[in-house]
Amino acid sequence: MSGASTTAHSVVEPSGTSKRIAGFLVILYAVVSMIPLAWIFATGWKTPPDSISYPPKVVFEPSLEGYCNLFTTRTRQTAAYIEELGPPQGECDEVTRRREMVIAGSSNYVPRFINSLVIAFGSTFLAVSLGVFSAYAFSRFKIPLADDLLFFILSTRMMPPIAVAIPIYLMYRELGLSDSALGMILLYTAVNVSLAVWLLKGFIDEIPREYEEAAMIDGYTRLHAFFKVVLPQAATGIAATAIFCMIFAWNEYAFAVLLTSGQAQTAPPFIPTIIGEGGMDWPAVGAGTTLFLIPIVVFTVLLRKHLLRGITFGAVRK
Amino acid sequence: MAEVRLESVTKRFGDVVAVDGIDLTVADGEFVVLLGPTGAGKTTTLRLIAGLESPNVGRVFLNGRDAARLSPAERDVAFVFQQYSLYPHLSVFENLAFPLRSPARRLDEATIKATVERVAAMLRIEQKLQNRATRLSGGEMQRVAIGRALVRSPSIYLMDEPLSSLDAKLRSDMRLELQHIQRDLGATMLYVTHDQIEAMTMATRIGVLDRGRLVQIGTPREIYESPRNIYVATRLGMPSINLLPTEALAGLPLPPGVTTVGARTEHVVVERESGGQSGQVAARVEWIEHLGDQNHLHLALGEHRLVTLVNPDMRLAVGDELGLSLRSPLYFDAAGERIAA
Ligand SMILES: Nc1ncnc2c1ncn2[C@@H]1O[C@H](COP(=O)(O)OP(=O)(O)OP(=O)(O)O)[C@@H](O)[C@H]1O
Ligand SMILES: [Mg+2]
Repeated sequence: MSGASTTAHSVVEPSGTSKRIAGFLVILYAVVSMIPLAWIFATGWKTPPDSISYPPKVVFEPSLEGYCNLFTTRTRQTAAYIEELGPPQGECDEVTRRREMVIAGSSNYVPRFINSLVIAFGSTFLAVSLGVFSAYAFSRFKIPLADDLLFFILSTRMMPPIAVAIPIYLMYRELGLSDSALGMILLYTAVNVSLAVWLLKGFIDEIPREYEEAAMIDGYTRLHAFFKVVLPQAATGIAATAIFCMIFAWNEYAFAVLLTSGQAQTAPPFIPTIIGEGGMDWPAVGAGTTLFLIPIVVFTVLLRKHLLRGITFGAVRK
Repeated sequence: MAEVRLESVTKRFGDVVAVDGIDLTVADGEFVVLLGPTGAGKTTTLRLIAGLESPNVGRVFLNGRDAARLSPAERDVAFVFQQYSLYPHLSVFENLAFPLRSPARRLDEATIKATVERVAAMLRIEQKLQNRATRLSGGEMQRVAIGRALVRSPSIYLMDEPLSSLDAKLRSDMRLELQHIQRDLGATMLYVTHDQIEAMTMATRIGVLDRGRLVQIGTPREIYESPRNIYVATRLGMPSINLLPTEALAGLPLPPGVTTVGARTEHVVVERESGGQSGQVAARVEWIEHLGDQNHLHLALGEHRLVTLVNPDMRLAVGDELGLSLRSPLYFDAAGERIAA
């Protein structure tokens, strides 16, 4: 992070035309990047035949089948057997019977989704907490070899984490961390913590020491001053860091495939394994992906408000 | 209340010697002002006393106790920072209440409220209590910062240019207010300023710092009337002291060894009749600035310049020739040290 200057306003107000062109380009870019998402969202509401029809259907009759299939497992039965069952219970039952199947139980989507939540929030919390404490230490104390340590911390991100997948796989197997939520939390924390330290150090460097010094003179310990004065002012940085950590942990696929298969499996490796009759069940995948996007969007939108609030603005005379 | 003693304290930052072997005692209830140009080590001296820096050499005593092992919180000092650093995430009220809410104190809410309101009224910021600390003018922020020191009754107040961004009227009001507070509480105060009037009117003693060294300390009168050297002499006086080499004053009686004469405005006597009187040198009026009750008179003595105050009644015009004499000025030797007349 550069020491962002607060005075970098452009002097000349852009003209109306250039504003309109810029606005058009931004909207165009947004629309183009939204197309895949829109397609996934639409697919979630299609029937399996509609989802693979060619040419692709843009207009279709919405169906709950994708969402039903996402949350349930089904078995094929004879028409006679289904006849005997009596009236269908609820929308999903009906949709399923139309395909000559009955609901056998609930799918693994909900537990996988909960795993994702636990692991992503757990590792984000850990990475940001560890990050904010070490960033504070690097920012405020004379640490021997501080620059080398910081470089070392960053260097852990200089190759793709998956490059060390095999050693981690072996290590985890020995330690009994394979396929455990704890193992995944530790792994994602380890990957995110270097980013967290660097980002947060930049933010904490910007907070004048006088704030803590004033608090310490006023009778607070350094730890108190840290919680009462530094943390609130680092809120912006903490929010930004948490978003980055969260997005990584939420979307991570490769390690999740390698290290989790049952118990601790997260949603990303689970969603593509949703197999329907005779191939992928695309509506269920679409539905699963749509729901999977909700938490990260909510998280980002909630913290975004915080991001935009420049709270340390102007209380220190420079 | 308390006494502060610095014993040959030195503080270095890398190659910079910010404070260089300072010995200083601030007695209980005393108001000591530190004067010195920028970078002289004033802030560093206060920070050493507050425990925000630890000396490389020497010791700091608070109430006769070596403070080396005391944390800032344990030293019972209040510090008004030069950069006033209010907490931007808190309201003015919460900023003022912050020291009272510290774990070391644990006051009840009613006491806190009463104290904050009393101090806010004193500093005339009571209408701003609900404002965010960032929504204040510079002068208001500065008053809140002073307020944060005044809500407590610490044994020592350390103030680093606390009035520097107030307008002239408010500054003189606050100056009186601080003096009253200090006297009423019998507080020990160490106060940094660049403002001569503050130094002269508030201080029990003034300490003059030069590149980390304490050059002289004494009552305002001593510093003004008997400065130890040229450096100290130039710190006080409006307009500032005129330093004239002896050549410019040929014809005036001077003690032996003098190379520079320091003439404050009260040492300078000008008379209209120019010409050969003994004990006078010829001066020409170069420029006159009208200040209302007095005039700044810029004089040329050959190629040297001199500024003094004259009564506007003495109707002078640019180009007038005057006779100038000196009444017990200050004499300095080649090293800049003062020679007693
Ligand atoms: N934390 C620091 N690191 C390095 N050098 C420092 C530090 N603090 C102060 N100094 C140096 O020490 C010297 C004295 O600084 P100090 O802040 O005490 O000056 P000052 O008398 O308060 O000046 P001013 O009137 O401008 O506030 C300066 O040369 C300054 O650059
Ligand atoms: Mg200073």
